[in-house]
Amino acid sequence: MARNPQEAALALHRFGFGPRAGSIEEIAADPRGALIAEFDRPVAGQIANPDLPTSGAANRAVFEYNAERNANQKRTRRDTAQATMEAAPNQPEAMPLPRQLFRNEARARIDAALNAEIGLVERLVWFWSNHFCVNQEKTVMAGAYEREAIRPHVLGRFVDMLLAAEGHPAMLLYLDNAQSIGPNSIAGVNRDRGLNENLAREILELHTLGVRTIYTQDDVTNFAKVLTGWTILPTATNPDHGGEFVYIKRAHEPGLQTVIGKDYEDAGTEQGRAVLADLARHPATAKHIATKLARHFIADDPPSALVERLTRRFLDTDGDLKEVTKVLVAAPEAWTLEQAKIKRPGEWIVATLRATSETGDIGRILQAQNLLGEPLWRPPAPKGFSDENAAWLDGLAQRLDIANTFARREGLALEPAAVMEVALGPLAAAETRRAVAGAESRPQAMTVLLMAPEFQRR
Amino acid sequence: MPADFCAPTRRELLLGSGVLFAWAAVPRTARAEGRDPRLLVIVLRGALDGLGVVAPVGDQEWGKLRGDKGLALGGTTPALALDGFYALNPAMPNFHRMYRANQAIVVHALATPYRERSHFDGQDVLESGLVKPGAADTGWLNRTLAVLEAGGQVDAHGRQAFAVGPITPLVVRGPAPVLSWVPPRLPPVGDDTTLRLLDLYRHTDPTFARVLEERIGLAAVARAGGMTSEPGGDRPVVQGGGIAQVRAYFAEATGAAAKFLAGAEGPRVGALAFDGWDTHVEEGAVKGRLANLLGALDGALAEIESNMGEAWHDTVVVLVTEFGRTARLNGNDGTDHGTATVALLAGGALKGGRVVADWPGLKEADLYENRDLRPTTDLRAVLKALAEEHLCADPARLEAAVFPDSGNVKPLRGLLA
Repeated sequence: MARNPQEAALALHRFGFGPRAGSIEEIAADPRGALIAEFDRPVAGQIANPDLPTSGAANRAVFEYNAERNANQKRTRRDTAQATMEAAPNQPEAMPLPRQLFRNEARARIDAALNAEIGLVERLVWFWSNHFCVNQEKTVMAGAYEREAIRPHVLGRFVDMLLAAEGHPAMLLYLDNAQSIGPNSIAGVNRDRGLNENLAREILELHTLGVRTIYTQDDVTNFAKVLTGWTILPTATNPDHGGEFVYIKRAHEPGLQTVIGKDYEDAGTEQGRAVLADLARHPATAKHIATKLARHFIADDPPSALVERLTRRFLDTDGDLKEVTKVLVAAPEAWTLEQAKIKRPGEWIVATLRATSETGDIGRILQAQNLLGEPLWRPPAPKGFSDENAAWLDGLAQRLDIANTFARREGLALEPAAVMEVALGPLAAAETRRAVAGAESRPQAMTVLLMAPEFQRR
Repeated sequence: MPADFCAPTRRELLLGSGVLFAWAAVPRTARAEGRDPRLLVIVLRGALDGLGVVAPVGDQEWGKLRGDKGLALGGTTPALALDGFYALNPAMPNFHRMYRANQAIVVHALATPYRERSHFDGQDVLESGLVKPGAADTGWLNRTLAVLEAGGQVDAHGRQAFAVGPITPLVVRGPAPVLSWVPPRLPPVGDDTTLRLLDLYRHTDPTFARVLEERIGLAAVARAGGMTSEPGGDRPVVQGGGIAQVRAYFAEATGAAAKFLAGAEGPRVGALAFDGWDTHVEEGAVKGRLANLLGALDGALAEIESNMGEAWHDTVVVLVTEFGRTARLNGNDGTDHGTATVALLAGGALKGGRVVADWPGLKEADLYENRDLRPTTDLRAVLKALAEEHLCADPARLEAAVFPDSGNVKPLRGLLA
């Protein structure tokens, strides 16, 4: 087979996290085949790190940590004199546990992206994690959630990811279902508490069918009733399982519910699982997912023929996400030379580290993401971060600040021309080559390279 | 919080100073005859236009070359006379004051042995002390320290060098340990970098170009076909706001370096680098970009002088650049990559008040390759002399390990008081 370094470089930027040293050469013989081959790695998409706690364990640890800290503060206030005598001399304050957990999760996620050969599977993880986003501000489990609900299913069936995500404690907390109570349930009647529609609405609007499709307000309300009782075990009273999913029949709205024209018998959690399974297989869902995938990888306004093929494949394979992604990779529309999409901030940061063989300080990486408007696991709304160029274009000046800082820190140890070959190879425009070669210093050359359109876009 | 990204973390600063304090416990050893020399090297990256810093106003050809864009003793912004022939950029009153106090020297028409015109290669030659660019991974300043006799005439304090900035400049990298200090604020994105990027975007990505124009606060681009049709009318003009930050950074970086070098147990040699000197467009030697940068540099010299305190009398600051620029202006009122330039020396240890030059002339036939100031002095002559006479390095070892293949370059002795 003829070698195709240009397509290889495109594959790495468009479908992966950008080239590392030698990447373009490694896959030049068969770029498309190399993308698909990533699917068959036994641990594709998984993070094997025994040091990262499960979401439940993280929840419990933070609960204990907070309780202990509160007690210590109270104790200090109570016995001021004694505390002064015993006070350790200026001990540096340790990083708070929630922050530490967050940074460990972030590090593992960045490492997975840095270590991937091309990175398509990791890009899928980032895509789906954003599709089913939760918010770090509301739960300490955001990182564990991604590992538990998203990663196992990015090459599996959509219905399984949907079930895993909607039933995960992080999601139940984030979209308030943990406190939703059926108005006619025992708990609802006794405590005069009621329904919270948030999760049900966002599942229909964002996670499955799509906004303004076929559902009505009644569908939202009824679906919310179906999901009542899906909640979390309180940590204070459950030292071994606090923070884990639990179904509380006492809070579940009794009876049959009608959602999108279909009746669902009350069968505990099975009632909700049945609704989710039907939503996952709905043609509107297939089209919604197909559009989002194509928009993320190909173009803001994806070609309708491509969206149609993705939709059909989704329906034909019962939402087999590996098969759907294969259609995307095989699509002629995916291989146009024009790099239409602007890399999302996190993608650009990872691409920079990969191109320069750096691992990066996780604090700096997270700060850079914040500065660029894509704080990790803190989306502005349940819709997640935008996948349209317009949202990221204005951050270009901030990217320049960050590229400049990075280049001033690392730029003298790097040979800009060599990094350009690694990072862009045949994609580098003549103008970019001239600008890099003519820069007045290596750091300036690195800044120009990291800001070059071919490196900013994919 | 986000601003922290552009600054080193608190921990780094503490670590940095921790290293310094630990090192400061090294016992003090004897100095030669009470001298305790300091040498600070400032690398000016981007190729400084020597003729824009010190102009041969006594050369009849000078006025023809640069016209009213060049330094002159008359006019609204008169240059500062150095002697009957040379005049200094008016943005450098402090250097002028030092010169008149015999504490500054200009070496003109000087160049490294490098004769091509690539910044990176030129900087490698400048900083490595080698004849050719290539796989240099150590710098002449560091290797000079390494050849100094421990506890000898001049002990360079455990042979440690000092560097300012997040990246250790090549000139100070090498076998001798280097302490580095990172300024709390890194310099902002230079206007020059922004303009280069804008130029790239205009040729390759109009959307990015539009956003950058809007976002960086560049002055409105004078549209072609507007009020003026003169060439260059569509050139963006950089607002002067950025220079205050540059001045602050230069002063902070050099001021800190001086404090470290001045300390009784501090390091004795150090290096830092400033960029921004690649003035292809609108050089502005008399008024504008180069004048602004030189003003910032001049302020930095004053900062060094005052922060050195008594140690100023044992100090030499040397400012060097990879090569010079074309003698004539180009089509954009800038200058392109050239050959010979100046080196500036300042410090109380100098026998100053002199311009040292074997002036090559500026007639067409005098110019190097019919375009650049012709080099008549090898920079290594200056550097070897400073290493020998100021730091008391052994000439043979300098020749062998610091400036190889420089046997034909005689040290420019007699620079010191």
